[in-house]
This record gives sequence, structure tokens and C-alpha cells, in this order.
Amino acid sequence: MTAVLEVSNISKSFGGIHAVNGVSFDVHEGEILGLIGPNGCGKSTLFNCILGQLTPSDGEVKVDGKVVTGMRPSELNGLGVSRTFQLLQVFPKLSVRENLILAGQEHQGSMLSRLFGPSDAGLTGAADQMIGFFKLDHLADEPAGGLSYGQQKLLDAAMAFMGGPRLVLLDEPAGGVNLTMLADLKDRLIAINREKGATFVVIEHNMEFVMSLCTRVMVMAEGKVLAMGRPDEVRANPAVIEAYLGH
Amino acid sequence: MSPANRYLRIGFGAVVIAALIIVPMGFQRYGLFILSQWAVMTIAAMGLNLTLGYAGQVSLAQGAFVGIGAYAAAIMTSNGLPLIAALGVAVVLCFAVGWILGYPALRVQHHYLAFVTLAFSTLAFLVFRNEDWLTKGIYGISNIPRPEVFGFPTRRPLPFYYLCLGSLGIVSLAVWWLIRSPWGRAFVALRENPVRALSLGIDTRRYTLMAFAIGSALGGVAGTLYAPLTQYVDPVPFSLSLSLDLLMMVIVGGSGFFFGPFLGAMIAVLLPEWLRFTQGYYLMIYAVAVILLLIYSPTGILGILDRYLAERRTKIASALRAVAKPKMETAP
Repeated sequence: MTAVLEVSNISKSFGGIHAVNGVSFDVHEGEILGLIGPNGCGKSTLFNCILGQLTPSDGEVKVDGKVVTGMRPSELNGLGVSRTFQLLQVFPKLSVRENLILAGQEHQGSMLSRLFGPSDAGLTGAADQMIGFFKLDHLADEPAGGLSYGQQKLLDAAMAFMGGPRLVLLDEPAGGVNLTMLADLKDRLIAINREKGATFVVIEHNMEFVMSLCTRVMVMAEGKVLAMGRPDEVRANPAVIEAYLGH
Repeated sequence: MSPANRYLRIGFGAVVIAALIIVPMGFQRYGLFILSQWAVMTIAAMGLNLTLGYAGQVSLAQGAFVGIGAYAAAIMTSNGLPLIAALGVAVVLCFAVGWILGYPALRVQHHYLAFVTLAFSTLAFLVFRNEDWLTKGIYGISNIPRPEVFGFPTRRPLPFYYLCLGSLGIVSLAVWWLIRSPWGRAFVALRENPVRALSLGIDTRRYTLMAFAIGSALGGVAGTLYAPLTQYVDPVPFSLSLSLDLLMMVIVGGSGFFFGPFLGAMIAVLLPEWLRFTQGYYLMIYAVAVILLLIYSPTGILGILDRYLAERRTKIASALRAVAKPKMETAP
């Protein structure tokens, strides 16, 4: 299988604190990799180093074989890499549809052609399709800020898919989402993974969600990789039980 | 928007435009001067609204760009060049300087950025005052001619007012089209959440520079009209106080609302005139009115309207849900 994402020996220090310390792993095409570990173990910092939000102190990141270390997030998005954040990041004053159009518009032609092109960048159809896919039909024209937390989480995830990304990094997509919406979210992610072949890396604390969604799980502790394997292997790993899962 | 609402808006807009064309026909010279000034200041405030209201970049330099436009018009038209050429030079010059001024915004934000733009405003003022060879320093440039538009002279106040109003109309259409384009949406994203915008592929650096440059260019357009309006330019009107006035127009009218600058400029330019009957107290009343407004509605006058409409929408949505619920419960 081809590696979509290759992370080699990534480290990130803040003063004397080594938040991420020599982490290496690959993510293969069509894979859903779960990333788990206790709070403060460096998961989100690792995401930020991969996605250009932070410059790693050391190491290299490749996407489809191309070195992207330190590349700006907007350039990475142009290469088909998308993300969600741990905290909600929708645009509250824009409607649900406008949020989705915004999420996809930079993939439509050049900056100048977008200025002189249609106001929706030709994306209303695609946005409505995504709205239907995430079951937000009745909220299409509502301002995103008026949606419930769970609905905003769904919108946040939907936005990450608008540009048709090859690789999506989701930071705690299930956080604060009720059980019904969580099942919806999981179904949607699996459908996009199977139908569109998108590759995912998912940070999550909800073990049931991770174990039922992911094909492989990586466990981090104190900035390092503690274990990597199939969900059942990881769940049975004594070191993981000791450091994170508990007895 | 329902068709009834749409027709209501179009009808209201048509009445306002007709009033702006017809009513001033009966105005005296001073009234026409004040209305022309309102149109010019609205153009400058629309530029600042784009930079600050839509893209979220604080600028205390808009008055300096009005000054650059005014001096470009004064120098060029006094030397026999047409105003349209001065407009071209002012727009290109202000766009370029605005673009360069945008670079600090890539590193600093909020009050730090305000200080950077304040420093530029001071620098521009010093150039206007000290570079006598170009600007004639504190003596200023007088006898600035008013242009002919398609063969029609605009020397008299009414035709010149129509020139200002027509320019405002063209700028309004251009800005309306811009904010409804994907660029407008990107500007809002830049203001509301630049980190998320970046992760969605929006080149926040380029949009920041563009917001500064376009906003500054509109300041230049306003300046190009200001010079033939007053027919005299000196450095004093383009000091920091003009930038602060423009900032107040945007905030009082409603920052980030399309019609905010129209309303803000109306209050800043016309209200002091209407309050003149209070003699020495008019500035005090004006200041207190602005303070009270901003305490009650920090989002400006249009913010009040927006809040009212949002509450109304919520009430209607709740009522519709309440009607729909019993139907669902009684469904077989």
C-alpha cells in the first residue's frame, strides 16, 4: 500500500519541555489511523507539526512522497490535506451553506478567477450535497452560530471534506457529541472512507468510537509512540493498559 | 428572503435613491456642499469598512489615503491633467501603499497594528506638510478646478454633487459585488477565525494585503473627489483626526455591515449640522449620543437592527417548531 503520510522522527520542544519526541509513523492510502493517549501526551502538537500550524524542532513530514515540513496550512490544504480542530471552528455568522462553500472555494480556480466568477464559486450544489450527507438539510440557511454543539461538530467535520481531500486529520471529532449524533458521525466517516477513498488520522478519547472506526491505532505517551497495531492488539497491550486505558 | 421582503427592500432603495437625486435640487450651496461631503466620506468609510469591518484589520491610516488621493488630484488637475487621470494615479498609488502597509498586519494585530497604521498616518501628514516642492506645505494648493464629465461642467455645486453621488453609486456597486464574491467570504473568515481559514486553504496573507490595499484605494478615490469639492487642500484635514472620524463612522454605523458607512457618515457629517440650533451645545450632544449608542449597541446602529431581526427570526422558527410538533405527535 502507498503511504499517503510519512512522519519521520518529528520532535517539538517548548523551552525545556519535549512535547513530541522523535515520533515516526506512516499512514497508508484508505486507512483510518486512530491516535490515542493521555491528555498532554503530544497528540495535538503532533497534528499541528504535521499540518504546518507549528514548525517542528526536528524531523520530516511527507505527503504523497513530497516533503512538506514547515509548509503553510493553506498550501497543505491545496495538496489535499484537511483537518478539524479540538475546539469548534465554524464561522458563526455565516450560514451552514456558506460555511461549506467557504470551505471549498479556494479549490475553485485562481484567486482572480474567483473574484470575477459566481458568488458561490459554483459550489452551492456540492455544499447542499454535503449538507444532505451530514443530515443538516433543515439547517442549511441557519447561521452556524445558532446550531447545537453536536450539529456544529457535524458541520465542522463536513467542512473538512468540502475540498475533496485525500488525507483528513480529525482532532477529537466525538468530543461533546451525543450518542445519536456520534453514530451518525461514525457512519459518515466510514462512508467517505469507503466511497471516496479518503485517508483519516483521528485523535479521540472515546475508545468505543476509536476501536470501531479505526483500522490501526497508535498510542502516544509523554511525547513518544508507546504502541502501534490493530485495535484489539492495542487494547490488550499491557503497556497501553498501564499508561492510558487502565484496568 | 421572501418575495414581499425583497420588493419592500427594492422599493425602499428606489425611494432613497430618488430622494438623493431630487431633494437636493432645492438646496443652497452649503447644503449641497455638506451632502457632497457625505458622499465622499461614505466612499472613504466604505474602504475602511472593508479593511476593518469585513477583514478585521484595524487601520488608523484611512485619512492619510484620503490625503494621498486629494493631493494627487490637486497636483495633477492644477497642472492641467484630467481628474480621471488623477483618479487612476490615486487608486494605483493608494493600492500599492496600502499593500505595503498591510505587511505589518501579517505580524501584529489589534492595538499593535493600530499603532503601526497611526505611525503611517503621522508620516503621511509630515510629508504633506514638509515637502513644499510637491504639496506647497502649509500654504496648500488652491483653485483646484472641478472637472467636466462627458462634456458637462461640474463647476456649480449641484452638478458636482451629482458627480459625487454617481461615484458613490459606482463604488457601492463594486463593494457590494466584492463582499458577495468568494473574496468577501474569505475576508469574513479572516476576521472571524484566521487559523481555521488557513486550514481551509485560504491564503490569509494575500487576503490581508488585499483587504488593506482595496480599502486604501477607496480612500484614494474619496480623496480624488475631496480636492475638487473643497477646491483647496492643505495638510490639516488629513491629520489623524480624519482617520479617527472615519473609524467612528464605520463603528457608529455598524462595522461589517454594508450600509454601516452610509449611516455612519451621515451621522458624522450631517448630524452636527442638524444640531447647530443648539448652538454651543451641539458637539456635546453629539458626543453624548455617540457614547450612549456604543454603550447600548457596540455593533453600531445597524447592529441594533440586526439583533432585532435575529430575535424575530428565532421567534418565528420557534413558533413554526411549536406548530409542527403537535402535528408530528398526532400523525398515525
